Amino acid sequence: MTPEHNNAIAVRRLKKSLGGKEVLRGVDLEIRRGETMVIIGQSGCGKSVLLKHIVGLHFPDQGEVFIDGQPLNGVSTSERLKLLSEFGMLFQGAALFDSLTIAENVAFRHIQSRKYSQKEMDRIVAEKLEMVGLSGIAHLKPAELSGGMQKRVGLARAIAADPKFILYDEPTTGLDPIMADQINDLILHMQEVLNVTSIAVTHDMVSAYKIADRISMLYQGQVIETDTPDRIQRSKNPYVRQFIRGEAYGPITTVRPFGYTGPSGTKGGKHEAPQ
Amino acid sequence: MIRFVGAKTLDFVTQLGEISLLLFETVRNTFRRPFPRRNFFEQIVKIGWNSLPVTFFTAISTGAILALQTGYAMMANVKGTEHFVGGVVALSVTRELGPILCAIMIAGRAGSGITAEIGTMKVTEQIDALVTLSANPVHYLIVPRVLAGVIVLPLLTLFTDLVAIFGGMLVAFLEMGLNETQYIETTLRMLTISDINNGLIKSVVFGLLITLIASFEGFRTKGGAEGVGKSTTRSVVMICMSILFFDYVLTSLLTTSF
Repeated sequence: MTPEHNNAIAVRRLKKSLGGKEVLRGVDLEIRRGETMVIIGQSGCGKSVLLKHIVGLHFPDQGEVFIDGQPLNGVSTSERLKLLSEFGMLFQGAALFDSLTIAENVAFRHIQSRKYSQKEMDRIVAEKLEMVGLSGIAHLKPAELSGGMQKRVGLARAIAADPKFILYDEPTTGLDPIMADQINDLILHMQEVLNVTSIAVTHDMVSAYKIADRISMLYQGQVIETDTPDRIQRSKNPYVRQFIRGEAYGPITTVRPFGYTGPSGTKGGKHEAPQ
Repeated sequence: MIRFVGAKTLDFVTQLGEISLLLFETVRNTFRRPFPRRNFFEQIVKIGWNSLPVTFFTAISTGAILALQTGYAMMANVKGTEHFVGGVVALSVTRELGPILCAIMIAGRAGSGITAEIGTMKVTEQIDALVTLSANPVHYLIVPRVLAGVIVLPLLTLFTDLVAIFGGMLVAFLEMGLNETQYIETTLRMLTISDINNGLIKSVVFGLLITLIASFEGFRTKGGAEGVGKSTTRSVVMICMSILFFDYVLTSLLTTSF
């Protein structure tokens, strides 16, 4: 058995350039069945792009994504759609359809398929909204809800068709710490109840430690370390250490204020990376 | 300079190719079941019904002004020809002014709305969300809009024709005191069915241009609120230019072949 077949999702030497910039430079990643994999990395390091390759929104320049051992690209459109129908995705800004009600958002897939009675759909909507801790809002429009509530509805929509995989794009970004923790609990709860395989992309380390079975760090378009939260916290890799501790100075290059040379011991100037 | 012109030309050709592909996709998806009924009727109301007031106002003033201008010009220059005002208004409106003014108004009203809505959906990842929920964005968003545009524009144009002729009559009777029977007689004598038909054929093409380009620009939107504003402006400009271009092409085709 190749690793492609053992894992729920496998990403192989994935390369992608967007707007002339090489965003992913050969990503290798395996996600085991039933685990929650958290991908961490700086803003703009390609985390979301990687996620969008897995859910079929982007096509790779090179490399391949395997879902349950099956290649996602280079197969027929109907095969591809069948593989992708197993996914539920929670978007960063929830991405609810603002012309539809909450109920229509949650039951979107069911309404489109035209195979369900109104009664069945009402039951599904009520059930999924209850799972994310919401009720009595099915008739409202997304604009009438707070950001946290919108994310919950987004999650309810993602799980409405009982997916095998749930992907979270920055699930806690833009939420207050309490709401963020509630979303973390919800992700853990989903994992327990639905027995799904999950991938979350985040730069919120509190969230990452709480929900992850394993953490992968993406840096400059490549995975530089994959391990359990415990071992990631004790990582020897200077890049990982700088990121998880949230330090401005370290091997990861950042733009520094002009003339400021940083705390004693680090060299000043732009883009200098003391090794 | 040469590089600039070259780059712009390349850009233009690429866009033309992309729009053609989108048109092909749209036609293909039009026949895919289940048909997005609800979105289609919503668009009929948005593009058609809600545009009636602005179309009415444009039409009645165009007809009235046209009658006034040509009427007084005729009276001043060739005595006894003023009853031809009816025919002149009817011909100018059905052949040219009706389709084009109606299309330009709808481009401003509905075209901008389509680009802004789809553009906002793009930058807030709603288009991506559609795909992850197994919906085809072309089938779900563009087919209803394009189909509604192609059906509604000829109807609005017919409405424009009627209202404009009526507006011309009002001015002719009330303001200029022309003879009613003569006016109506010249209108009916000079106007043929093919005048109206040609106008309506044009308006079908205009309906396609408005909705297709508006959707295309919406899909291309990048970069937040600023991006939506930019693509909306570009959309209306592109639509108007292409309407004027195709108006010329169609006019020369239709007048030589009929």
